[in-house]
Amino acid sequence: MKTILTFLLLLFTLSVVAQELVEGQLLFQENNETYPLEGVNIYWLNSINGTVSNQKGQFTLARDNSTDQLVLKYLGFKTDTLKVVSGKKIIHFMKEDTGESLDEVELTQRRKAIQKSYFEAQNVMQVNSAELLKAACCNLSESFETNPSIDVSFSDALTGTKQIRMLGLSSPYLLITEENIPSVRGASQIYGLTFTPGTWIESIQITKGAGSVTNGFESIAGQINTELQKPFSDAPLFVNLFTSINGRQEANVHVNTKLSDKWSTGFYLHGNQRSLSTDRNKDGFLDVPLAKQLNLFNRWQYTNAEKGWVSFASFRFLDDQKQTGSIAFDPETHMGFTNEWGSQIDTQRFDASLKVGYVFPLITYQSFGFQAAYNSHDQSAYYGLRQYDIKHQSFFGNLLFNSILGNTKNKFKTGINVAWDRYEEMVDGGLYQRTDQVVGAFFEYTYDSLEKWNIVAGIRVDKHNNLGTFISPRFHARYTPWERSALRFSFGQGRKAANIFAENQTLFATNRTIRVQSNGGSIYGLRPEKAWNYGLSFRQGYTLFNKQGDITVDYYKTTFQDQVVVDWETARYIQFYNLEGRSFANSFQLEIDYAPFQNTSFRFAYKNYEVKTDYLDGLKQKPLQPEHRFFANGEYNNVNQAGKGWRADLTYHFVGEQRIPSNARDGINFNSNAYGLWNTQFTRVFSPRFEVYLGSENLTNIKQTNPVVGVDQPFGRDFDASVVYAPIFGRMLYAGLRFNLKK
Amino acid sequence: MAQKKDLQKTTFVVEGVCGMCKARIEKTAFGIKGVKTASWDIPSHQFQVLFDANKVSIDDIHSAIANAGHDTPLATAPDEVYENLPMCCLYERKKKVE
Repeated sequence: MKTILTFLLLLFTLSVVAQELVEGQLLFQENNETYPLEGVNIYWLNSINGTVSNQKGQFTLARDNSTDQLVLKYLGFKTDTLKVVSGKKIIHFMKEDTGESLDEVELTQRRKAIQKSYFEAQNVMQVNSAELLKAACCNLSESFETNPSIDVSFSDALTGTKQIRMLGLSSPYLLITEENIPSVRGASQIYGLTFTPGTWIESIQITKGAGSVTNGFESIAGQINTELQKPFSDAPLFVNLFTSINGRQEANVHVNTKLSDKWSTGFYLHGNQRSLSTDRNKDGFLDVPLAKQLNLFNRWQYTNAEKGWVSFASFRFLDDQKQTGSIAFDPETHMGFTNEWGSQIDTQRFDASLKVGYVFPLITYQSFGFQAAYNSHDQSAYYGLRQYDIKHQSFFGNLLFNSILGNTKNKFKTGINVAWDRYEEMVDGGLYQRTDQVVGAFFEYTYDSLEKWNIVAGIRVDKHNNLGTFISPRFHARYTPWERSALRFSFGQGRKAANIFAENQTLFATNRTIRVQSNGGSIYGLRPEKAWNYGLSFRQGYTLFNKQGDITVDYYKTTFQDQVVVDWETARYIQFYNLEGRSFANSFQLEIDYAPFQNTSFRFAYKNYEVKTDYLDGLKQKPLQPEHRFFANGEYNNVNQAGKGWRADLTYHFVGEQRIPSNARDGINFNSNAYGLWNTQFTRVFSPRFEVYLGSENLTNIKQTNPVVGVDQPFGRDFDASVVYAPIFGRMLYAGLRFNLKK
Repeated sequence: MAQKKDLQKTTFVVEGVCGMCKARIEKTAFGIKGVKTASWDIPSHQFQVLFDANKVSIDDIHSAIANAGHDTPLATAPDEVYENLPMCCLYERKKKVE
């Protein structure tokens, strides 16, 4: 009755307006039956004039003078845009959008913002797969080259592994998750980011500051979540090949199959190898390691959008081998002897996870989710005569319930997590064993005023066998003082057990003597780490010469109450001790985005880091942490609707002076020179299916000339390959292709 | 023990124009006891609401929104409220339902 009335009223209005009318009917076909679609949103493109279809799927709408493009939008269906021809009645069949309805029921806290949001309480930056294509991007560790919020640095002169930092703190202080399951941690802390191939990544969400309580107590400076490709929505076949002049080759193949309307499965295969020995700086050591990686991933997806269920089961196997050291080193003959220095790092890893999500029908704001994951990580490694083996097994379980208090302005999430970690480490012949067990419960309340305010306030309680029982509060607020702006404030506490060897694995690439000044603490005789993080951020959109841009200013402060200080300050030694005094990381960032012309956009960022710790000999800036960084990125993209065109990208990184810890090469109180790096990439897109790219990293060939300290006597006490502040390899050229079979 | 919930979902057209209308309509809806969630779509003017029918009737929702200045198929905004809406919110009024 009501619908009929609506319909009559609509007809009445429309006939009053003396304009040409467009009539139509919207239908849906399933099992050879045709059904009308009621309630479809119908409107003229870029206009506010629209209507809704009636019970019979019929609609009538006045013609719009500015456009002939009619948009049809219906939840769970693909949005269509039709070109309307005068005097013809439209009869249109809509198609179900399986991909979109999947997003609706997905239970993880995936954020919908496509970029930085004006509306969320947390300072989240969404990196989509288009952004990931801008860099050479062979794996997750290389995915941040075009992102100003994350700094990429070099871990050591041997493995060439890139390390990431956010707010001036290295990756152990970030919570790195894969589809909201903690992933790069423990044994995989240093190399873990290289274990996720770039093509497997669907998107990345970067949260600055304290983060949410739902994923555990570990995040201190922020959270990086990676969403992987889903078998339901990824292309049936995808092939990517890559080669670079430093002898690295990569191949990626994805095969996705729909088994029924509810089940689908995907096989993802990644292989890479680097078999070419290069020593451009003639120091007798390989510039980049010889490497081989085989990475297999199989996932199963069950989606029942009607009933509200979605589930993933994933299995993954990884075998990674690296060899580095002197050019002449041959593991067969030289391992264990002192005529040639060499290193091999072999890792096998197995991961399995299960995720189940359920959204209640009708009341879509109520849902629950369950996650369980098991990982086994087995690394055996030697560096010259030093040995570092680590076995790490872990189990993680999480049960989450989402609902509302009264209405959807007041939402909450609550749940429990359990985690179990077993570590076995062999460090230069000494055995360390440890088991961590934790049970935690959390509650997070979200208030949305629908206009100016958003608040996310969370609290969690954890009972940990080595960290004790403790409470972690987290708070985020967003306020919009005027149009196109967002003021954000956050604070929160995080803790972690410092896995001193796994997090500082680079120390084995030195002959420094390890000293752990234990004080009876529960982890390697040291107390666990504890810190508060406070953040303030302001974002303002602007229009200049009719083009849009925005400015973001961030200031974050992390203050450690307890920290395991990693002290490289004395040559020939590395010391670990609990903080006595102050330790903090203050970071300031100014970012300006602007798109001056069609197809062209720019991003500039200045970053200032004051990361200071009270070492045994006083308060000092963290070594190898530049105080100033500048970032610029320009992008051109004229790929048209037919999927043809060019993409070009140019990135500049300025890295300020860095304090170098004392060593035999540089002495004490040495600062490195500032330098700038240019990266570029050109992509020719031939069709939505096929593209070819060519690029260069470090275009101007900046190099650190003598990266290995004490290279003449690699078994002597001064040998140190950890003091790396600039690229070692110099200019790198690469080329690749991407092919995918669209549905 | 609270009385059993009778959740119902309904969709109807609410007259309005802009983002300010959206804020006003949704705010009004959320202010009604028993309304669980509500959203108004700017291009289609479609208003979707989920409510507990034991606490609030559909007619109450229509009249509450109309009283805030926005006509619905079942209720009409009082003239003085409509006339006091900001300029950009002044949607074209349909003929009043007699």
